[in-house]
Amino acid sequence: MKFQSQKIAYWFFAAAMLLLVLQIVYGFIMGFARIGMDGLHEWIPFNTARAVHTNLLVFWLLLGFMGSAYFIIPEEADRELMWPKLAWAQLISFIVVGVAAIIGYHFNYWEGRKFLEIPRPLDYLVVVNVLAFIANIGMTIWNGKRYTTTSIVLYFGLLSAALLYLPGMIDFDNQTLDSFYRWWVVHLWVEGVWELIMGALLCYLLIKLTGVDREVVEKWLYIIVGLTFLSGILGTGHHYYYIGAPRYWLMVGGIFSALEPLAFLGMAIYALAMAKKGGRRHPNKSALNWPLGSAIMSFVGAGFLGFAHTLPQVNMYTHGTLVTAMHGHMAFWGAYAMINLAMIAYVMPILTGRKLWDNAAAGYGFWLSNIGMIGMTGAFAVAGITQVNLERRMGLDFLAVQKEIEVHFIGLLLAASLFLLGIVFFLYNFLRFGRDRPRGRSLHSGMVGPFAPAAERSHGLWQDALRGVHGRETRATARHGRLQRRHHGHRFAGSASPHRG
Amino acid sequence: MLSKLQAKVFFLGGTAVFGGIFIVLSIDTHLKVPDQTNSKDITPAVAAGKKIWEENNCMGCHTLFGEGAYYAPELTKVVENRGKDWIRVFIKDPEAMFPGQRKMVKYDLTDEEIDHTIAFLEWCGKVDLNGFPAEPPLRKLMQPSAGGAEPAGGGAMSAAVAATVTLPPIFEEKTCTGCHQILGKGTPGLMMPNAVTGEIVPAPVLDLVYQRKTREELIEWISNPQKVKPGSPMPPLVPAVVSHEEVGQMVDFLLSLKDVAGQGKN
Repeated sequence: MKFQSQKIAYWFFAAAMLLLVLQIVYGFIMGFARIGMDGLHEWIPFNTARAVHTNLLVFWLLLGFMGSAYFIIPEEADRELMWPKLAWAQLISFIVVGVAAIIGYHFNYWEGRKFLEIPRPLDYLVVVNVLAFIANIGMTIWNGKRYTTTSIVLYFGLLSAALLYLPGMIDFDNQTLDSFYRWWVVHLWVEGVWELIMGALLCYLLIKLTGVDREVVEKWLYIIVGLTFLSGILGTGHHYYYIGAPRYWLMVGGIFSALEPLAFLGMAIYALAMAKKGGRRHPNKSALNWPLGSAIMSFVGAGFLGFAHTLPQVNMYTHGTLVTAMHGHMAFWGAYAMINLAMIAYVMPILTGRKLWDNAAAGYGFWLSNIGMIGMTGAFAVAGITQVNLERRMGLDFLAVQKEIEVHFIGLLLAASLFLLGIVFFLYNFLRFGRDRPRGRSLHSGMVGPFAPAAERSHGLWQDALRGVHGRETRATARHGRLQRRHHGHRFAGSASPHRG
Repeated sequence: MLSKLQAKVFFLGGTAVFGGIFIVLSIDTHLKVPDQTNSKDITPAVAAGKKIWEENNCMGCHTLFGEGAYYAPELTKVVENRGKDWIRVFIKDPEAMFPGQRKMVKYDLTDEEIDHTIAFLEWCGKVDLNGFPAEPPLRKLMQPSAGGAEPAGGGAMSAAVAATVTLPPIFEEKTCTGCHQILGKGTPGLMMPNAVTGEIVPAPVLDLVYQRKTREELIEWISNPQKVKPGSPMPPLVPAVVSHEEVGQMVDFLLSLKDVAGQGKN
């Protein structure tokens, strides 16, 4: 880590992790309600749990994006963050607004528009908050020593996300127009500008972790985000088939949605090709697993499973069924949750100076959460397809069908438990990183026990011991580390020692 | 191979072109939507209903135009399918019709608010949704054919005979046609489970019900289905939705179909 102000990222990530756990809790509440165990109905009815679940997702993903930006932008611009104190104020107010909104949902205080349930007064606060964030990173880039494609793409992704929030705040008495512009926010976020953010983060990680030349990685970044916009913008049409918009959207949405998987496929190939080219020699292997996993899972979840129901003829029967939940879970997980976890896995060792990589917890965290998510997607798929066939194609009553598919939600809960276990492992590692504490205070080294990293063990005990005593890297160990890294070649320079451009 | 500059031009150019097309189509849509959705029919009551719909996050469980959560039924055609009286009773007490089923929050809406909500849903039901929701294409495979052997569902009259009679509006207003089919109108045999046995049964077609039931049996059945067949998905409509007097009218009409069928044979 080169600049002090990058440390703010830690707190964004910590807040994001907390909200992720809460999000999962509310997911379980809904899962249990679906198998008839709705004992919390009086206090947390399904619509509350649902709004909290999806809004927490958006909150923690945005926190992760912001934290990542606060880490990346100073490094890419080669200067301290413009206004570190503003970043703090922005973090705290963002959490306050988010928590206020979530609490409000428990008291029937919301706007009731899918994904954008935040009540209007809080909307304005979100806008102010995000403007402060955009200004902060924008001015940092502007006054920086260099402009990089990565930082520019990241910046414009975040800026467009902020601007696209505004159409969702226009009031209409017409439900169709309301819905039409709501998708400007939701779709153009997740299948548009958020992919710029994802692409930029992926690009940054690939540069750092694979050592492939920046020019090559960034060139392909343009191609990938170009494909994304080429297909994704008009792909918005797949939300307009059956909401009262003109019929031509069936054709426009159908054709361009069919192209959307190509962008995701491109991204997956891009990530794998770069990793192969770079030879994956960075010691933080788990940090490379996450972005590669993200690229692959987003292709399957967002690209493939999305395409599975965006053809208008298919969507006529799958629209408004659990098939959407199937696609939604893996898409959000693969594209946005995993890229955030990738950033965290990469950044934490640098922020805290503790090399907790390649340990068992990191491995379990990655694999269990992904296997769990695949299982959940499978459960939603079986439930959704059964619902489509029984309710939409054979005409059984809604609740009759819900009874029929109840059993698949037991499967969902089991898979979700596995997923949660994976997240717990990830969090365990996150907590063990601790903070980069002031000198002189002791803290546990975190280097003993069954999860001690293999890489650390091989470095010799004296290093661990020193760390245990002084609680931070001593000058000697730091120099030792730098020498080692230099020995590995310049390509990993950015990970911990001063950046060389 | 592409240079970085070319890649950048590809990105910016593609975004500009397709973004431009999107904006043009959006403007066109914005201009066409009022016609397609009958926005002239958006009365203050409809607008107020939409507000109630949003303030209570109905979309957090239900879907409307197929959008929302997937925990509770799609409501786009609910006024057409269920009738206003049913909805009124249902919103006041969600447990009234299907007790022990998946729960809905009991909102303490005033009568006026309920009317607004219904006005909003009625407007929604008339929006041209490009064919959504589609009639289930396999439903007819599961129904007994007209005039044929009579499985649990009960038979229907031939369309030619049925066309000679007009179905009194009460059957549609009082939610009967939401599950049953009568004289070719309504849902043909909605499949619902018996709460006690778990068996999924179709709501019978009522054209020939006079063959199976007497006047007394029919009155008893409509007035208190749970007493006749415990766990039946037939909801307790009397007296909340249907008055005793109206039950009589319905039964009389159903029995009168005997004469119609008789004429058809001559």
